[in-house]
Formats: sequence, C-alpha cells, structure tokens
Amino acid sequence: MKNGRIIRVSGPLIEACEMKGARMFDVVKVGEEHLLGEIIGLDRDKASIQVYEETEGIGVGEPVYLTGEPLSVTLGPGLIESIYDGIQRPLKIIQEEVGDFITRGVSANALDPEKKWEFIPEKKKGDRISGGDILGRVKETVLVEHRVMVPPGVEGVLKEIKKGKYTIKDTIAVIKSKNGKEEKIQMEQRWPVRKPRPIKRRLPPTEPLFTGQRIIDTFFPIARGGTACIPGPFGSGKTVMQHQLAKWTEAEIVVYIGCGERGNEMTDVLNEFPRLKDPKSGEPLMKRIVLLANTSNMPVAAREASIYTGITIAEYFRDMGYSIALMADSTSRWAEALREISGRLEEMPGEEGYPAYLGSNVAQFYERAGKVECIGEPDREGAISVIGAVSPPGGDLSDPVVQNTLRVVKVFWSLKAELAYARHFPAIDWLTSYSLYLDNIRDYFDREIAEDFIKLEQEAMRLLEEEAELQEMVRLVGIDAISSKERRILLVSRMLREDYLHQNAMHEIDTYTSMKKQYLMLKNIINFYHEAEEIDADIKSLENLDILTDIARMKYVEEEKKEKLVELYEAISKAISGVTAKREEEQ
Amino acid sequence: MKVEYKAVSDIAGPLLFVEGVSGVKYGELCSIILPDGEVRTGKVLEVHQDKAMIQVFEGTRGIDIPESTIVFHGKTIELPLSPDILGRVFDGLGKTIDGKPPILPDKRADINGSPINPYAREYPDEFIQTGISTIDGLNPLVRGQKLPFFSGSGLPHNRLAAQVARQARVLGTEEEFSVVFAAMGITFEEAEFFHSDFERTGALERVVMFLNLANDPTIERLSTPRAALTAAEYLAFDLEMHVLVILTDMTNYCEALREISAARKEVPGRRGYPGYLYTDLASVYERAGRIKNRKGSITLMPVLSMPEDDKTHPIPDLTGYITEGQIIFSRSLERKGVSPPIDVLPSLSRLKDKGIGEGKTREDHADLYNQLYAVYSKGKEAAELAVILGEAALTDIDKIYLKFVDAFEEEYVSQGEYENRSIEETLELGWKLLSMLPKRELKRVRDEFIDKYYSRYRKEASGEGGDLKNPIASDRLEKKETKKKER
Repeated sequence: MKNGRIIRVSGPLIEACEMKGARMFDVVKVGEEHLLGEIIGLDRDKASIQVYEETEGIGVGEPVYLTGEPLSVTLGPGLIESIYDGIQRPLKIIQEEVGDFITRGVSANALDPEKKWEFIPEKKKGDRISGGDILGRVKETVLVEHRVMVPPGVEGVLKEIKKGKYTIKDTIAVIKSKNGKEEKIQMEQRWPVRKPRPIKRRLPPTEPLFTGQRIIDTFFPIARGGTACIPGPFGSGKTVMQHQLAKWTEAEIVVYIGCGERGNEMTDVLNEFPRLKDPKSGEPLMKRIVLLANTSNMPVAAREASIYTGITIAEYFRDMGYSIALMADSTSRWAEALREISGRLEEMPGEEGYPAYLGSNVAQFYERAGKVECIGEPDREGAISVIGAVSPPGGDLSDPVVQNTLRVVKVFWSLKAELAYARHFPAIDWLTSYSLYLDNIRDYFDREIAEDFIKLEQEAMRLLEEEAELQEMVRLVGIDAISSKERRILLVSRMLREDYLHQNAMHEIDTYTSMKKQYLMLKNIINFYHEAEEIDADIKSLENLDILTDIARMKYVEEEKKEKLVELYEAISKAISGVTAKREEEQ
Repeated sequence: MKVEYKAVSDIAGPLLFVEGVSGVKYGELCSIILPDGEVRTGKVLEVHQDKAMIQVFEGTRGIDIPESTIVFHGKTIELPLSPDILGRVFDGLGKTIDGKPPILPDKRADINGSPINPYAREYPDEFIQTGISTIDGLNPLVRGQKLPFFSGSGLPHNRLAAQVARQARVLGTEEEFSVVFAAMGITFEEAEFFHSDFERTGALERVVMFLNLANDPTIERLSTPRAALTAAEYLAFDLEMHVLVILTDMTNYCEALREISAARKEVPGRRGYPGYLYTDLASVYERAGRIKNRKGSITLMPVLSMPEDDKTHPIPDLTGYITEGQIIFSRSLERKGVSPPIDVLPSLSRLKDKGIGEGKTREDHADLYNQLYAVYSKGKEAAELAVILGEAALTDIDKIYLKFVDAFEEEYVSQGEYENRSIEETLELGWKLLSMLPKRELKRVRDEFIDKYYSRYRKEASGEGGDLKNPIASDRLEKKETKKKER
C-alpha cells in the first residue's frame, strides 16, 4: 500500500501530496486512525480527498494510504433487514462495538461473514454460464428469495457447484473460463457505487406501481420503474409520505435512504417497520427492507455517498428480477453535501452556491431507475422505481435542486403548506401535481381495474378544477350568488377532497386502500353527482341528506367488507330520488 | 508537548493566521497570549502546510502581530463535568462566571460530542404535560423531542419558554426536569428574567446556565450551545436525569456563524449564510433525544426570532427541516390580545402521534386535534371571506365556523402565564368548542368518540340555546372581564 502525506485540512476536505498512482474516486485511508475517504480531485501529485468521518484532530504531515479500489458496496445474502450508514457500515454492529455514540475510525463488515446460508444450486456441473446467470437460491428472509448471480464479466464452464450451508465468503462454485483459468465464486460480491450495474436493455414502464394512497393511485400514479419527486416545505408531510410509500408500495423490496434527515425519524422507521404487516403476505414489512441512515449530524461526505450506496444495492436486487422501490429522503440534503464539498474545493459556484454539475449529477442518479431486462439466464425483468423527496428552502419551487429534479422525473407530487395547515393529508396539491405515466399505463387500468375507471378519474379531476374557479368566484360574490348547479359542484368536490383525497396515515384502515376499494369509493361519489345532476336536485336538501355521513365514512370501511360500498351505490341513488320527491311537495 | 509560536502573520476580523507551525491539528484548541499577559482562546479552523487559521473566541481586539504568542494545546475544547454543575453559571466556553470556585471535574467531555447512532436511539413517546393547551392539545411535546419556538422580536417567547420550564411534567409522575439554559446574544434583562424566574420558583438548583450576552464576544456564541448540550448529555446519559434544554436566541448564533464564514471568504449560500448552515445546525439540534437502555433524555427547545417574521428566512427554514415541528408565534394574535399568541395552523409537533392516545393521554386525543385543526382552518377561511363580502353573505354554517374561530382563540389559545391546565381540561375544552358545530361537520372523529364526548356538550349546548355556556368557559370569561376592569 503506497502512501501520501497530508498538507491541508479543512473540515471534511483534506489535501495530500505525494499521491502518485492515485485514481479519481479511489478510496483512501486518512491519518493514523485510518479514516475512510475518497479522492475527488487530482492535480499533479496532489489529491483532494473527501473524508467520510469527522476530521477534527487530524494534522498536516499525517499519512494517507491508497487502497487502489473505488468506493464499493458488499452485496450478498444478509442485506435485507440491515441498517447501514451512508458508506454501508452496519449501525447495529457499530453500536455493539463502540456504544451509543458513533466514534471515528470504526470499521465493520457490511455482511455477517460467519452466518451460514442454505444454498440451493440451479445450475449443474458442465453448464456454460456468463455474468448475471442465476447460480442458485438462498432463502434470505421469509419474503425474499436471494438469487445468487454470477458476477458481471465472468464467463466460462461450471466446473463445480456446491449445495448446502455456506458463509458468504465460502466458495460455492468454480468456473473454468475460456483461457483455462479457474475462478472461484462466492455468494458475496463487490461493486463500485458510482458505476451502474450492467443490463441487457431498458424497457418502457407500462404498469402502475400501486401505493394504497388514493390521491397517488387514482390521480397521479407512478409506473413500475418510474421516477417521482415530492418537493415541499417542512411540515408538509414529506417524510410521512415517504414512510407510507415504503410501507404500502407494491414492490418486492424497498430500499429506504434517510439522507441527512432526523435521527428520531430513522428510529421511527426502525421501530415501526418490523411491527407492520405486509398487506399481501402478513409478514413483517422489515423482511423486505434495506435501510440506510445517514442522519443530518453524521459526516457530510458520507451523506453524499449514501444515495449511490442505496441505488447500487437496489440495482443488485433488480438484477435478480425484482421490483424495487427506492425512497430517498431527502435529495436536497445530498445536494447540500455536494455544495459543501464543492465550496471547500473552491470551485466556481453555480446557482445558490450549488456546483455547476448539480444538474448532471441529479440526472445521472434518476437515470439509474427504470424497468430493465436483466443480463444472464433465465430471462427476467427487474425494475427500480425511485421516489425522491426534495426539501426546497421556504418551499420555494424555483430552488435549483427542485428544478433540476423536475427536469428528469416524470411524476411530481407537489406538497402544499396550506393543505398541511388544514391538516389535509397527504398534502398533495391536486391542481399542480402531475404524472406523465398516465398514457403508458392507461391500458393497464382498463384491463385490470375497471373500464370506466379512467373516465371516473377524469370527471373527478374536472370537478376539482371547476371547484377552484368557483371558489374564486364565491370569494368575490358570495355563495348565494351562484347557481345551484355550481353549488352542487362545490358540494361534490368538497366530498372528493374530504372523503376521498384526504387520507389518514395513522388510521389503521384508512392508511391503505386497495385499487378495488378506490374504484368503488370514487364511483359512489361520482354517482352521487350524476344522480343529483340528473334531477337538478335542490342544494339545501342535498346538504342535509344523511347519506353524506355514509359517504364520508367510506374510507373507514374495511377491505374485507368493501361489498358494503356496492350497496351504498344503490342507497345513494335511492336517497337522491327522495330529494326530488321533497322538492315537488314543497312546490 | 506544548510549543509556543510568535508567528502571527495577519489578522482579519475574528480570524488569526499563524505561519511556520508544525504538528497543528485541525480543530484543536490554542491560547493566544497578548503582550500584556491577557490570555484568549482560539480554535484551529484550517491547517494548510505550515499555516494555521485560528478563530479567536473573545475577538481579536488588541492582538498585535509581532508580540502575541500562540500556544497549541493538542486537544479540542473540553467541558469539565461533575454533578456540581447544577445551579451554576458558566460563560459560552464553559468557564464559571458566578464567582464560585471552578468545577472539580469527574470527567471532561469534548463539546462537539459525537453523533448518536440512529440504531441506539429510543423513539420519543412519553407525553410531557406543559399545561399549555395549544402545546398539549394540538402540538404535544414528548421527552427527547426538539421543538423550537419561531418568534419575532417583541413577542413573548421567553415568557412561554419559562412557563414550559416551570410547568413541564411527564404525565403521571411528579418528576421535574433539570434545565440547561443557554443564552446567545440576548440582553442582560432577558437573561435576568430567566434567572429570577428560576430563583423564585426554587428551580435554580436544578438549572445550569450558559450565558453569552449581547455584549460578550460574538464568536463565543458558536461554542455556547455546544457547551450547553455537552452538559445536558452528561446530566441525561451519565446522571440519568430528564433534561430540558432552552437555547435562546439561535438567530444570534447563526449570525456569528455567518461572521466567521465571511471572514474566511467562503462562497456564501442564501442571504450570506454559509452553505453548511444546515449541517452545522443539525450538529447542535440532533444532540437531543433518548437512548435505548438509558434512563435520561434531552428535550430541546431552541428559541429563534425570525427576521421580519419571515418563516422562509434561512434560519427558521433550516431549523424547521431539522427539528421535529415548530411552535409559531403570531404578531396579529398578539395585537388581538391573545396570549400566548401561538399561531396554531402552521405550528406542528411531528412526534405527537406516538405520544398520545389511550394509556398516554386519552383515546380521543388524535381525532380531536385533527378535527380542531380542520375546523379552525375552515373558520379562518370563512373569516377571510367575511372580510371581503361582509358577514351577512356567509352561509349559516360558515357563520358558525366564524364564531368558532373567536371562541377558540379566546378560550383555547389564550391562557394565563401562571395557568397550568391539565390535559383533561384541555381535551374537554376542545370538545366543548367543537360542540358549536353540528355532528355532520365532524368528519375527522370516529363515531364512538362523538357518542362518548361530543354528545355530552352538544346536548347541553342545544338545551341552552346553542351558545357556549359551559362552567369552565364562562368562568374564564368572567375572569377576563375582571382583569380588564382592573386595568
């Protein structure tokens, strides 16, 4: 191991000289304490290094050791249910080793090297194999079957394959390559985080990724393999939204990155997810989750890396043929880490002090999402859907991070402070949000949900838009000055807002709504509107109908009892026909 | 090994540059000895080959280039700690300033601390009763939370902070909080207000004060909250106490940070604040919390005055992104005579959900606050409408909402500085106010709670002509009347 010498220390940035042989983005160990760092700039024999740990106490003249390897993650069985920091150090092991506070220079294995996994081969001796082929299976958790793959780039004939209990470091197969060299394969593999894993080809996203959140699934759906962003000021419920998505999204595996956010929120995730049951299997949700926690007070450079660590882990599972949802909360903190490092490097700043390459870095990250055909045998498709929270200063959407993100993502869930103040959650603004996947996934809705679903959705959206205009008018001329047709629109759109879009994440039933139930709920509300419209129903009588209470309580109807909603459809028609009768009597 | 250098090369604002040094570590502490023997404290902000940049806490006035001597200590700023710190007063660097002998330390701790491993944290879920309805009922505080006050100059945030320090209890226990109080750039009078309040209530022996007043060195403000939190960590995690930390005023702290950043000629972020303001604030705020298998806790209550009452100013904005909610003060409520003038709608406690409900406060708590928020917000909209169109143009139901707003601000938000409401009282008050509205409007509450709580008041209310004639309320109104007369 060659080494250099420190000549400058400024916060997380260190400069070292005598660094011949160093390569960009290689990992180095800094100082006597061997703090982990990464080379982010080279100038002759001088290297700029961002250090992933607190640098206090480091001085000029201390050594820097080259490792010759880029920042990489360890991949293999044992990832699921783990909680890592931004550079894949397991926080649980760190706590066991150094106690409740994270001190410097701790290192720990990302995956347990002692644990034995039952490996069941799927290939046999003599098979021709190449990178990406599935060699065999390991039952990682009740919910996840880990498919052990041939590392990309390896090719040859299988000379030996073992069955039975092995650790991730044991050889499970031996491959004889063309040039006669033998290569031993372990369950563990390493991959540099800043390099996307190879794929066969990319596919257009055509299926929706359901989340159980009504406003998202019905109005602004995200596709499997799509990208979405949630910008919003603080207190508008970004994090709750991310938690909800992590809990209920129909993905097989969830990678959750807490990037520069609150420590207590990560603890909440850690407490909550093992307790919550997966709606499909009834098993704890934690059994399909990988967590990365680099809270705001942890070193800033590791925060920058956490996004890449997370997406590399997601890509690894995608290559097995899984659908992965990746949540990053919040990408603004990641961008700020970039800005801080850039400032220390004395680079020319772009907008708001962010480096000029912010846009390309954001785009590169989101482009690692997508639905793909994986390399290797058997043929399989995998997908990564990325949902990034953005925390713009003051909720101002002209912030460079928001703007650069909007340029690449296809779904925009805009959180609005006013809605949050009125405790309308999720505080997604239905007038400004959008989803560009609607066209791609329309067929799916017609086929799998109901033929009239898209029609209902469009009608509901039209009502909501008309409401916004009418409200302006009411503000000017008063409620009595508008026609009863318009007042019916106000009544129904209020129903849509309060009884459909509003969804309580803390309520045991309301927290998740299946597509079938969403359809029935929406159909009932629109039916109410149509029936009332047809007979030109009197607004006062409509407002006093008892059935309104039943409509308001649709969301609390349990999934198993959703047939009740079908009955309600009839009841609504009946109740409204009662209204006309009343009106005629009056006349 | 201590080496003395007489090699100051230049001085710029609070920064001092030394040349020809070797072995200097980033972040280490040093003493600057002036020709007249005065000793000041500095911290190394950057080392570059044989040069070191030093931030002088007490300011650079009087330091000269040829004669001043620098001694590097090879360690970072440490705070001496022992149980005797309770009841004592320190400066921003942790030196005693109350005229009593210095602390004989049981241990010394680096004031920068280390980040708590997120895995080791215990989720805060023990409800703290502050006796203030707008906090307990609508934005419940829990042990280990960080809940800032976003206020403006001239608003009574200090009084409220003192009231919380006085009244805070964990429900069902009589155990009191120890208080660590850090003053940054506030006036002597403000600091004295806290001191005399603690003294009068006999709380002084469980209070540790760190004072950096308006006329004290600005740069010392950067270490004040860190020293305070180091003391808090010691009390909470070594001595197993429950600690409430009050940091006032964080705006001054951020300004000191900006001053250093400008002196270092760094690329500024928004409004001249450095790009790392978020990370820096996080390293202060995130030290609050609870740790698994340790008894104590740190509850943090930073106070900051928003320049021009602007919530999107970088200081409140970044604070809001780190803390678990915020209590916002409103100038218009203050003018209306509502005291404490807490603006309920934008205020928020993020950790409320796990700290309330059956077994903690009461089963109906969550539904109730959701409903109160929704109704108040709708009422506010109606009030806006009434301003434009006149009250007569409102629908009947909107008129009720409008009435609700007034009643809510007058009875629920307003409360005396020495009035300590139990959580039961706060909840009942909420239901009583909701009973102004017909049942159909209450969509956020479960049926069972409507039956159990709402119907009690609704019956009474309709029996007495739909107005608010409830013993608690009318009692309070009377008190208010008499108060007015007294004035």
